Amino acid sequence: MSFLRFGYVTGPLIGALWLFILATTVSITMSFATGDAFRPSLTIALVIGAVSGLISALPQEKRIKTATISVLVFALTLVGFGPMIMDSTQVSETFAALALALVMGWSMVAILDDQPLGALTRHEMEEAWIRFLTGFGYIFFTAIVLIPFYVMVMTSLKSQSALLQNPLDFSLDLDKGWALFRSYHELFRDFNFGTYMWTSFYVSVLTVVITLAFSIPGAYAVARLRFRGQKAFSRSILLIYMVPMIVLALPIYIAFSVTGLRNTVIGIILIYPVTTIPVALYMLQGYFRGLPGEVEEAGLMDGLNRLQVIWKITLPLALPALASVSLYVFMIAWNEFLLAFMLLDDPSKFTLTRGVAMLNSSEIPREHLMAGAVIATVPVMVLFLGLEKFMTKGLTAGSVKG
Amino acid sequence: MSVAIPPKGQGPLAKREARLAWSLLLPTITIVSLVVILPLLSIFWISFKPIGLADLRPPAPVLRESLRGSGDEMRVEYRLRNSSQDIEITDVTIRDTWPDSLIVTGDLPTGCTLEDQQFSCDLGTLEPGFNERLRVPVMLAQGVDEDTAEEAAEGSEPEVRGEADSILTNSEFTFENFARVFDGDEFWTVMWVTLFYTVVGTIGALLFGLFAALLLNKSFRGQGILRGLYLFPYVAPVIAVAFTWVNLFDPFSGSANALLLQMGVTNEAINFFGQRPLALIMVTVFEIWRYFPLSFLFILARMQSIDTDMYEAADMDGASPFQKFWYLSLPMLLGILSVLFLLRFIWTFNKFDDIFLLTGGNAGTRTLTVNVYEQAFAISNIGAGAAVAVVIFGCLLAFSFFFFRFISREEGL
Repeated sequence: MSFLRFGYVTGPLIGALWLFILATTVSITMSFATGDAFRPSLTIALVIGAVSGLISALPQEKRIKTATISVLVFALTLVGFGPMIMDSTQVSETFAALALALVMGWSMVAILDDQPLGALTRHEMEEAWIRFLTGFGYIFFTAIVLIPFYVMVMTSLKSQSALLQNPLDFSLDLDKGWALFRSYHELFRDFNFGTYMWTSFYVSVLTVVITLAFSIPGAYAVARLRFRGQKAFSRSILLIYMVPMIVLALPIYIAFSVTGLRNTVIGIILIYPVTTIPVALYMLQGYFRGLPGEVEEAGLMDGLNRLQVIWKITLPLALPALASVSLYVFMIAWNEFLLAFMLLDDPSKFTLTRGVAMLNSSEIPREHLMAGAVIATVPVMVLFLGLEKFMTKGLTAGSVKG
Repeated sequence: MSVAIPPKGQGPLAKREARLAWSLLLPTITIVSLVVILPLLSIFWISFKPIGLADLRPPAPVLRESLRGSGDEMRVEYRLRNSSQDIEITDVTIRDTWPDSLIVTGDLPTGCTLEDQQFSCDLGTLEPGFNERLRVPVMLAQGVDEDTAEEAAEGSEPEVRGEADSILTNSEFTFENFARVFDGDEFWTVMWVTLFYTVVGTIGALLFGLFAALLLNKSFRGQGILRGLYLFPYVAPVIAVAFTWVNLFDPFSGSANALLLQMGVTNEAINFFGQRPLALIMVTVFEIWRYFPLSFLFILARMQSIDTDMYEAADMDGASPFQKFWYLSLPMLLGILSVLFLLRFIWTFNKFDDIFLLTGGNAGTRTLTVNVYEQAFAISNIGAGAAVAVVIFGCLLAFSFFFFRFISREEGL
């Protein structure tokens, strides 16, 4: 890799790749926003990018280099001989070209900051590549995460026929006002989504309550009390945590069919906590171990018994942990699909995820399905964003589960 | 002077503590064994049974009561049927309470008695496919019109009992399920698909997670937002994101295809989830997309706990950024990476919903878990499904052996 150790090699190379990445990004963004044809032009992007890479390695002032690259990219793009080929309205073409040019000028100089044109030290070369990879990483991850969610929301607001005509045109006709939310309205009016939401909500809350009621004492015992078989027990928690749901779902289906619990919400409420108790137990015992034992011993010395110690000392101290666990369990229960799908057949008893699965039929238009998906996603997202700190803590504490 | 001897065995305090521990654990143990251990055992039982979806409802006698005829020619009719076409029901009995308004005029059917308006029959055995009527000629008591009599007669639900041999509990066993599961090429195709999905999905999610963690392992404005954003795929319900992907990659109205066509990457629409081997690659990509956030979160947490002194020392010694990553960060992350690998490996192996929602196991994406569903519900052969589940459980035991053997010492898991 020694040939990379020269500014006139690394600079143009990074420049060429970077401009192509940026041109692709802007093209995709503009395509998704307007539905018109934008596409990167590979060869031209590579050439202009290489030139920009050279420019930014020149021993000039930053501002001048940025301005030069921006003007170069902007002018060439508008003329039609640029890194991006466009076929759209004047306004969006100009906007796209301007955005590309400004971002390119600024980021190129930032990436190749202080790179001499001649021989580079190993540090300089690696740092330039790392800045390039970092920039690429931000764009890449943001794009792959955002695009599906963007498509989900936008599809729910458009009609299927419009999307069939041009699958890229996600522009909204804002004049329609509330009529944009027609599919949501229909889901709540004709498909009982209000009921499903309520079912999902109380099933999830009850799952959290039952899970905590079982796992708090269990986790405390495993974490604090000495008894024979403690090691084996904490291992078997992990083992049970790894049994796949589909293996259990089959006998549960049979048992529920025979006992008549299938197709009842009670059956669902009975079964959900059992899937979450091992997770909660595992997470909580970790937290309890981390709490200082001295406080509890002080409580014992002062004449409390164990249960009082748990209730008056351990639980208040573990409150943040309980919040994390509750959130995590709520999320599992809310998102649960397999059991609801297998055990519920009667549309009046569906949970939200089961309701969304019902929409997946060729007779129901796509926007309804996507609106259902949005309805299922938004509550978890709101919870997640509002309580992100607890959530991420909960996720890291016990969940390698998926 | 006597020598002080340390106490042996459990003292009363230790005993009390152990007792308390077990009583705290008891509810959990009960419920978990009820819903985890018991089903696991029953899976083994069922996997040796020739049982289909239809056999789940045990054969039972079905009874309908009605009052027929008019005037003097009235009769109470019981229509009795065996719900199964191939299993007999033994010890069938009927109990019913008759209203006072009916008076029996003729003979009761054989095996039936009527005492104090309590009608009961002992019918013995019903042949498979039995379907007949029992008739009792009656007349109305004085001053009772037909409608009220009919209402009274049919108002009291007759009670019917019978015992049938259920396939679930009898002693008929077969190896046919396992023979079917291991039969021929199909099993190896399924195994290969599972292995590809699991290995590539796990490693991919780890690598992407590592990359994302490296990006966010510095503080800058917007770091919190990006971190939250990168967790979206994991937090959102599977069903929502899976259907979105199907929608996005639809061969006719999908945006991805439109984009690729427009960019000139391809000339005709690609059926991402419908053709081999692309479908398998796509479900694996989906798996990576959905679970990279988890690895990212764990790796980031570990990275942020690495002491910065080490990096300062490396800077003094003139280490380059890649050297610092390779010789300092990576060895520190190896523990969490291997734990993540094993746990994620097991969980990806167990994954069902994702593939089921994306392709339904078609186009060469049928993994072992999807095969359970396919056998049990699509082909309606519960026994074969259970046999696949037993195979899965066997693999799982092997994995967890590895897990406890090599990994559980690390990271204190």
